[in-house]
Amino acid sequence: MEQVDLRREFNEVGIGEVLDQLDRELIGLKPVKTRIREIASLLLIERIRKRMGLTSDVPTLHMSFTGNPGTGKTTVALRIASILHRLGFVRRGQVVSVTRDELVGQYIGHTAPKTKEILKKAMGGVLFIDEAYYLHRPDNERDYGQEAIEILLQVMESQREDLVVILAGYGDRMDKFFGSNPGFRSRIAHHIDFPDYADDELLAIAELMLRDMNYKLSADAREAFVRYIALRKAQPLFSNARSIRNALDRMRLRQANRLVADLDQALSADDIMSLEPSDILASRVFSRGT
Amino acid sequence: MRVTQGCFSFLPDLTDEQISKQVQYCLANGWAVNIEFTDDPHPRNSFWEMWGLPMFDLRDAAGVLMELSECRKVYGDRYIRLSAFDSSHGWESVRLSFIVNRPADEPGFRLDRHEVAGRGIRYTTNSYAADRPEGQRYGGK
Repeated sequence: MEQVDLRREFNEVGIGEVLDQLDRELIGLKPVKTRIREIASLLLIERIRKRMGLTSDVPTLHMSFTGNPGTGKTTVALRIASILHRLGFVRRGQVVSVTRDELVGQYIGHTAPKTKEILKKAMGGVLFIDEAYYLHRPDNERDYGQEAIEILLQVMESQREDLVVILAGYGDRMDKFFGSNPGFRSRIAHHIDFPDYADDELLAIAELMLRDMNYKLSADAREAFVRYIALRKAQPLFSNARSIRNALDRMRLRQANRLVADLDQALSADDIMSLEPSDILASRVFSRGT
Repeated sequence: MRVTQGCFSFLPDLTDEQISKQVQYCLANGWAVNIEFTDDPHPRNSFWEMWGLPMFDLRDAAGVLMELSECRKVYGDRYIRLSAFDSSHGWESVRLSFIVNRPADEPGFRLDRHEVAGRGIRYTTNSYAADRPEGQRYGGK
């Protein structure tokens, strides 16, 4: 019997790096990381089985990502594409990210070419459909979305080796979407749920983002930001990491304004890099009563 | 008589796998691949009809092959060719073109001789297939 050196296989395809990168750059998301590790292991074994002639058909790799806005669905999709590419389950590894607008046309005969054009661009890679439930409009049975759904389903089934489809959206609405389109549910092998971030994870994300931009929080500012997160979370339209990013952008704005206000001072690199509590406490979040 | 136009036409017909590799070569060079068809085999016929739009921004040949099989379903009794368009500055033209589908029976060409003033002779080639109206050549409906 042929012997397989699993460690060598693992190192050869280089998914270890991608998984480590995932652990390093994505904060929290434990269940997601566990699932991705599982999928990566399965695919590694599948690859070996294929080489040994133990299996011939292509595994179904279509996935659905459910979770609230800003929980990292698009970022994880990019990583998945890279893992699939390294393992040889997609040939090119590009990610084509679309929403309803790019798939569904506006008049009769417009939808099919539009959907097919996107599919052709995604061939050999991953098609990421954000807010996929908008494809299906239950209140309008003549909606062209249905046509796009049918073409997608057909390609998902017949060209499994050419294309991996990832559907993403908010949990409850995706459930409804799958309920009314059972064809999708059965063609999707991996359902991954993205949990919301805890407060300390949001803080860690903020610090990671700031580090990438060469900023830092002073100790007082850090404490103010912890309060900011708690208050912001209670307010409507909170979208996890995306809200944090926007908050940081506004804080940078305020910091720049504060620095420019006094043109005569001599600034050190440290001054330019650090965000002070006043940059955070000026936010509307603090003035609004909870 | 086998029509020989474009690349590879003196070789046996390409298999789908070979077509796919050629298309991948085109895409790797950044060329946009188009599908065209006609039922007028005359070598001077430069008006081939396009199947859909030119396919820009593709990464993988599977997309082209998908369209090709659609086109074959509808126009499988005609000539179908792929052409690769290079949009880069200085080229802006077709870089590669080859036939990927041909009618089962290609009747070939007739040579017409016109006697003109002074017993001079002018020659014209006519395709036998083109004697019938468009769409009815090569055993189409």
